[in-house]
Amino acid sequence: MAKNGIGGIAGIWTDEHAAIKAAAKTRESGYTKFDAITPYPVHGMEEACGIERSWIPWVTFIMGLTGLLSGLLLTWWTSAVNWPINVGGKPAFSLPAFIPIMFELTILFAALSSVAALFYATKIPRIDPPTIDPDLTSHKFAIFIPQNDTGYDEAKIERFFRDLGASDVKKVAEY
Amino acid sequence: MLTRNKLVLGNKTVKDITEDICAPIEAYPSKGWLGLFTTALSILIFYMIILGTVIGKGMGLLGVNHPNAWGTMIVTFVFWIGIGHAGTLISAILFLFRQKWRTSVARTAEAMTVFAVMTAGLFPLLHTGRPWLDYWLFPYPNQRGPLWVNFRSPLLWDVFAVSTYATVSMVFWYVGLVPDFATIKDRAKNKIRRTVYGALSLGWRGTAKNWSHYEMVYLLLAGLSTPLVLSVHTIVSFDFAVSGLPGWHTTIFPPYFVAGAIFSGFAMVVTLMTLVRIGVPEFKNYITLDHMEVMNKIIMATGLMVGYAYGSEFFVAWYSGNPYERYVFFVSRAFGPYAWSYWTMITCNVLIPQVFWFKKARRSIPIMFVVSIFVNIGMWFERFVITITSLHRDFLPANWGNYPWSFFDGAILFGSFGMFLTLFLLYLRFFPAISIAEVKPVLPVGQNNKGGH
Repeated sequence: MAKNGIGGIAGIWTDEHAAIKAAAKTRESGYTKFDAITPYPVHGMEEACGIERSWIPWVTFIMGLTGLLSGLLLTWWTSAVNWPINVGGKPAFSLPAFIPIMFELTILFAALSSVAALFYATKIPRIDPPTIDPDLTSHKFAIFIPQNDTGYDEAKIERFFRDLGASDVKKVAEY
Repeated sequence: MLTRNKLVLGNKTVKDITEDICAPIEAYPSKGWLGLFTTALSILIFYMIILGTVIGKGMGLLGVNHPNAWGTMIVTFVFWIGIGHAGTLISAILFLFRQKWRTSVARTAEAMTVFAVMTAGLFPLLHTGRPWLDYWLFPYPNQRGPLWVNFRSPLLWDVFAVSTYATVSMVFWYVGLVPDFATIKDRAKNKIRRTVYGALSLGWRGTAKNWSHYEMVYLLLAGLSTPLVLSVHTIVSFDFAVSGLPGWHTTIFPPYFVAGAIFSGFAMVVTLMTLVRIGVPEFKNYITLDHMEVMNKIIMATGLMVGYAYGSEFFVAWYSGNPYERYVFFVSRAFGPYAWSYWTMITCNVLIPQVFWFKKARRSIPIMFVVSIFVNIGMWFERFVITITSLHRDFLPANWGNYPWSFFDGAILFGSFGMFLTLFLLYLRFFPAISIAEVKPVLPVGQNNKGGH
């Protein structure tokens, strides 16, 4: 999926199990750049498409740690270094009292950066991206093979999709 | 054999789900909705006038004064923020526990969280008395020294906790909405709807690779929201518990507040869901009596926890041997000038939810509606009891004084419902009130021949 979209061919299924089977077959046939489009996360589709585990938790972990350290740095520097003030005789660096701040910043950094990573990974926001069929966000399932995939042959793929029970096969100018 | 009940009734297909949930958004609003919305909006306008007056004239319009420096605003703040907690419990904690029934109520419960936190968030900001200086609450480099905020104060922890909670729950809610906005966009018949929902959907297309990342982020956000929601009400309870006042200074406060928050929040979810079921009859197939029954069980369980906390407070006051603690509970709270509020609280929170021991009561819409209203009342009174009965008589009798409840106190409490309901009704009209993309995968539950798991 390049920025300006790429042409290809898409098969459309109306049953989720047929779509999973088709995705697995597509993968077995040696296509590598295909993607499945589904209205909801279909159980088993990741395995069928051979999608690896998402890398986003690493972002969450590292940014969570950053948030924790930022909280520590902020409370320590402002309370003990920049302008220490005696509050009820408590030490300038009163770590137990700073834990709530550190905790909240951990969560805030981790949550917002995870969502930012999601935006990056799924290339959103995008303004009005091309769609194959409006029902793909409702009740239909598609497998899209881009024209730059290995062994791309429109007639062959169309027959292949039909054999797998596709209700429709569409030539896509841009996706 | 123990079979699972269906989560979605009425033999729906995947296409039916899309159509049923989009129907209220795509149709002209009903008379019932218009009537409720006009009422809610009128209350909101009234609320704005009241708040404007309070900001313009000053906090003296409320009953807050020595010794009751905290009054309606703080009581109602804790009330609303507690309501929000059930939404996060349903959307995050029940997600981690793989409770599939949560899918059809999660969206609306989360919306309730967001709106309740918005309603609550105004109160501490206004309670400062000079809301135009509220940016002082945040640590930023300034020309007054720089004078930093006091990080040792629970009130400042609250600033961080509530603002983080508001941000994260809004983001969590929105991430859940994105695929559904794409569905509405793709169904749109006119250009404006297509443009607006297209923008809201951020160009989501639902490829398998995207769903893989999406599900991971949803899991992460659920995992992050779970400790967050527990921390928020813990820190709210620290506002009280870290002080030295008898009646506030107890270690039971964090779990007691969290249980109370979930208790009141579920009551509000039940109140709203019974109304949603009446307003959109088709939703009865998605928010079934089984869903309502499970929530009523949670109300009863958390109600018992809260009741245990009430008892424990008395026991510890007696066992501590501290005369001030003993006075607050055994004299002032239970038999003092505010005894009526204490016994209202006990009746609403501990006695009335006991009807849910009976299955008939748990599955009866009128009974659960009435009970949920009583719990809402009771939980507001709980915060009133905690705040006022502890403050009004402390160590020195020369300091004593009752809370002079004014018209503005009542108006603020009443008006806050206008704000909440206006937002909630707008949400029902413009946003998919049940998660379309989350309900579809649980459709096979209870239908054993179709690969349910």
